Amino acid sequence: MAALSHAVLLWWAVLVTVPIVWTFLASVKSEREIFGDAWSLPASVRLDNWARAWQQAHVGRYMLNSVVVVACGTAGTMLLGAMAAYVLARYRFRGSRVVHALFVAGLALPVYLVLTPLFFVVRNTGALPLVGPFIGLNTHGGLVLVYVAFSLPFTVFFLTAFFRTLPETVAEAAFVDGASHTRVFFQIMLPMARPGVVSVTIFNVLGQWNQYQLPLVLLPSDRDRWVLTQGIADISTTAGYDADWGALFAALGMAILPMIVVHALLQGQIRRGLTAGAFK
Amino acid sequence: MNHHRRRFVAGFLAVPVTLYTVYVLSPCAQALVIALTDWRGVNAVPRFVGVDNFRRLLGDEVFLRAAGHNLLLLALVPPLTIGLALLFAWLLTGDGTARRTVRGAGLYRVVFFFPQVLAVVLVAVLFRQILRPDGNGMLNAPLTALGFAPVGPLADTDLALWAVLFVLVWQAVGFYVVLFSAGIASIPRELFEAAAIDGAGGGRLFLRITLPLLRDTVQAGWVYLGVAALDVFAVVWVMTAEHGGPDHSTTVMAAEVYRNAFHYSRFGYACAMGVVLFVITTGFAVLVLRLTRRERIEFR
Repeated sequence: MAALSHAVLLWWAVLVTVPIVWTFLASVKSEREIFGDAWSLPASVRLDNWARAWQQAHVGRYMLNSVVVVACGTAGTMLLGAMAAYVLARYRFRGSRVVHALFVAGLALPVYLVLTPLFFVVRNTGALPLVGPFIGLNTHGGLVLVYVAFSLPFTVFFLTAFFRTLPETVAEAAFVDGASHTRVFFQIMLPMARPGVVSVTIFNVLGQWNQYQLPLVLLPSDRDRWVLTQGIADISTTAGYDADWGALFAALGMAILPMIVVHALLQGQIRRGLTAGAFK
Repeated sequence: MNHHRRRFVAGFLAVPVTLYTVYVLSPCAQALVIALTDWRGVNAVPRFVGVDNFRRLLGDEVFLRAAGHNLLLLALVPPLTIGLALLFAWLLTGDGTARRTVRGAGLYRVVFFFPQVLAVVLVAVLFRQILRPDGNGMLNAPLTALGFAPVGPLADTDLALWAVLFVLVWQAVGFYVVLFSAGIASIPRELFEAAAIDGAGGGRLFLRITLPLLRDTVQAGWVYLGVAALDVFAVVWVMTAEHGGPDHSTTVMAAEVYRNAFHYSRFGYACAMGVVLFVITTGFAVLVLRLTRRERIEFR
């Protein structure tokens, strides 16, 4: 029984790891080796594939763009999401239930319903005076704002529930001492909500890092601003007979490697963050 | 104080509510209106045409095939993923009585989970190479070495959709293994012990105790996977030939929405497709939650 268990588990483990290992192998092979026997080991480790992918295939550029967009997107989501969730959880006012319900309704909204109008909304904001050039089509600013808006439903939903579980006494004591509402939020309630904030942050970082559909629509033409998923998909789908296969596999390896490192370092946190997300 | 309070509440809500209204709520309302127009082309003036777009959808062979593919994935992705995940979770946690875990259980869980953190696009690019129809792909190299003819599932109209199905399940299983393992670990040990004393074996313990107690988790997973199967885009768009080919054999509703809107500039028509997708998704979620709730009441 134990042997059979191991055989089954090992089978799936192999099915998961082999494609990834194979990619890394191919990424250090020469063109001839890639088109030779797919399972052979490379004669020498060719790191020039990686150099070409980083520079000529612009993977370095794409990765930097992804980092900037996701950093701003997640920071914005967490700040605005936590502010809205806190107010909705802790303050009674007219319309608070409606606002909360509208945010939660967003959880059930498929992005394909709103894709077309969203494109025109972002296009039109590009014509606004002053801010227009920073938030229209083909701008990182526009993509960040859209990421924030689309990440709010889950963030608000999760953090509202979390803020409701926190004890009131600390905040009340601070109010008695004369602290302002804003100060109580930033210096007392937000630090107390840390475990919830960490889980949702991980959820949002991964979600925004892996996003493909929204950048495809909102960053259609300016290659220099493309994010990693867009860049890699483009290298793969436009690769014809004269394609640089070594660089393609290196690009793929380059995109996978940080995820392996992050997963190895934070695997417990990531599992908790994502499984918390499953019960939305 | 009350004045401060009101200003604080308004101040904290202003920006998030504005962003959400501009980028989510208003496009949502617009989509419902645009779906009733013949809007075509970026600079064209939309004209109201009632439900014409929806009538046309019923006769659109490509869209009907796309919807059919979504329904096939909807029928297969959740049971296959959940079935495999339950099996692995059960093997990893042992039969509950001794709470002995398989050696290396932690490592298996880490490995299984990994595809979940990869972008769907990367997985799609990866499998596009693995399943390459020439003799050099990862799949074909050993086949040709053994003297078989190379296979090209992505170039074969009968097989391509199965490749999509495989990739979706491949990526999703690990997440549910972790989810179900955590669920099994939280079941009180005495339950298993009592049943084992009564003579229940491993398989019976699983069917009579583990599965019923994981019911809510399985139900949530089923809805989640079903919605994902209806929303498939990146795997089809990036992995398959001709973005949903060959010959529309793998296309899905989301791909048709994107293609019609941003390749053909048929904005009204694409919005109508989006509405259909939305209705099917909501209908599916409501149906699953309804059906399973009724069953639960009968049990009690």
